[in-house]
Amino acid sequence: MKSLQAEAHALSKPEVQLDIINSHNPTIEKLPKFGEKLKEIDLYPLKPTGIEIFQMNVGYMCNMTCKHCHVDAGPDRQEIMTKETFEYCLDALRGTEIHTVDLTGGAPEMNPHFRWFVEEVSKLGKHVIVRSNLTILTTNKFSDLPEFFKEHGVEVTCSLPFYSKFRTDKQRGEGTYDKSITALKRLNELGYGKEDSGLILNLVYNPVGAFLPGDQEQLKQQFKRELGRKHGIEFNDLFTITNLPISRFLKFLLMSGNLEDYMEKLITSFNPGAAQGVMCRNTISIGWDGRLFDCDFNQMLEMETDENTSQHIQDFDLASLNDREIKIDQHCFGCTAGAGSSCGGATV
Amino acid sequence: MEDSYYNPKDLKKFGDITEFQENLGKKFFDYYGEVFEEGALTKREKALIALAVSHTVQCPYCIDAYTTESLENGVSEEQMMEAVHVAAAIRGGSSLVHGVQMMNKVKDLSM
Repeated sequence: MKSLQAEAHALSKPEVQLDIINSHNPTIEKLPKFGEKLKEIDLYPLKPTGIEIFQMNVGYMCNMTCKHCHVDAGPDRQEIMTKETFEYCLDALRGTEIHTVDLTGGAPEMNPHFRWFVEEVSKLGKHVIVRSNLTILTTNKFSDLPEFFKEHGVEVTCSLPFYSKFRTDKQRGEGTYDKSITALKRLNELGYGKEDSGLILNLVYNPVGAFLPGDQEQLKQQFKRELGRKHGIEFNDLFTITNLPISRFLKFLLMSGNLEDYMEKLITSFNPGAAQGVMCRNTISIGWDGRLFDCDFNQMLEMETDENTSQHIQDFDLASLNDREIKIDQHCFGCTAGAGSSCGGATV
Repeated sequence: MEDSYYNPKDLKKFGDITEFQENLGKKFFDYYGEVFEEGALTKREKALIALAVSHTVQCPYCIDAYTTESLENGVSEEQMMEAVHVAAAIRGGSSLVHGVQMMNKVKDLSM
């Protein structure tokens, strides 16, 4: 499967995506706007609570082409963070109290500077999270990464949309489930996910279709039971993430005729408590080219941080970023529906 | 007028039944909401029971609603189909067990 970008698909363009989720048809056009909902609860303009997480998207290249991917990542994507930009990130981190560096992609491991950067950022005493697709860890070139992660105390947060092969492969491609299980077993062998090992292994669940995630704790218990029973796999936490209506998931919604219902569902499930806890309030997203965004989703929609604050990692100014206005649009309803959604799972 | 008895969009209008009788409708929805809250049974267990019952009563609205609810609660395709088989087994069994009544009657009437 090719990326939308490689196909020159209209949905690879951010402005087309935003147009669809705002005004694809009269029904969608009439839906309440995210800004209006924030005004109702006195949360507009949305402001940060203070940046604690430095989330770097180190490139859109990936060994997989998942059907729901909001990044539109894949083997054909060439965007990749340069060493120079990594250096700017280190410079920015050196001068701040930001405690967590969250590495995402694509498959972040495929960036040629990945290992060097993890070593450097670990020296700064920052907590490092890597968002792994798991299957990359079963390829020859990257099979020693679990040991590398252990050596540097990296927290591994990995995608596993479901505990069954059928549903996982449907979203992420044939053979994904088996490879993911192999990688999880290897991580378990090294102590990851084991109680008291200090090596954190978290799973990310996201719905394989046009529905919302259920209760995070109950899903965690189901995953623990099923993965334990079938494969003897252990893990620490499970994070539920709602699919946002952009990029490939938006394509699925359009093709399957689910767009209207899904948008309505997100909006009618708006939870003021979840809005208070949205991740853009404590996270800054750094793009592969050094541009700054309020979150990884805004990055994919090319919605840069507001012009009155730093817009590039070279000009990183924590104080002004902590005082910025967060950019919002209709996709944000994905983070405020039900129990909320963030890179760390439910927010309420 | 609709040209079909069932319109999927009508499910979203379920709450509108209070328009013609507010008091009873409100009591029903309060009760309904509480039934599906987490209790001695989990939400997931209740979703699966509701899915099976939806098939028994053959309500397309309920099937739509509780398939979604089951998916949201992490129920697998296999588990959902097993729940439908439970409904089918009870329905089939409930017909068949009346065969005993038929047999009794045959025996009563026959020489």
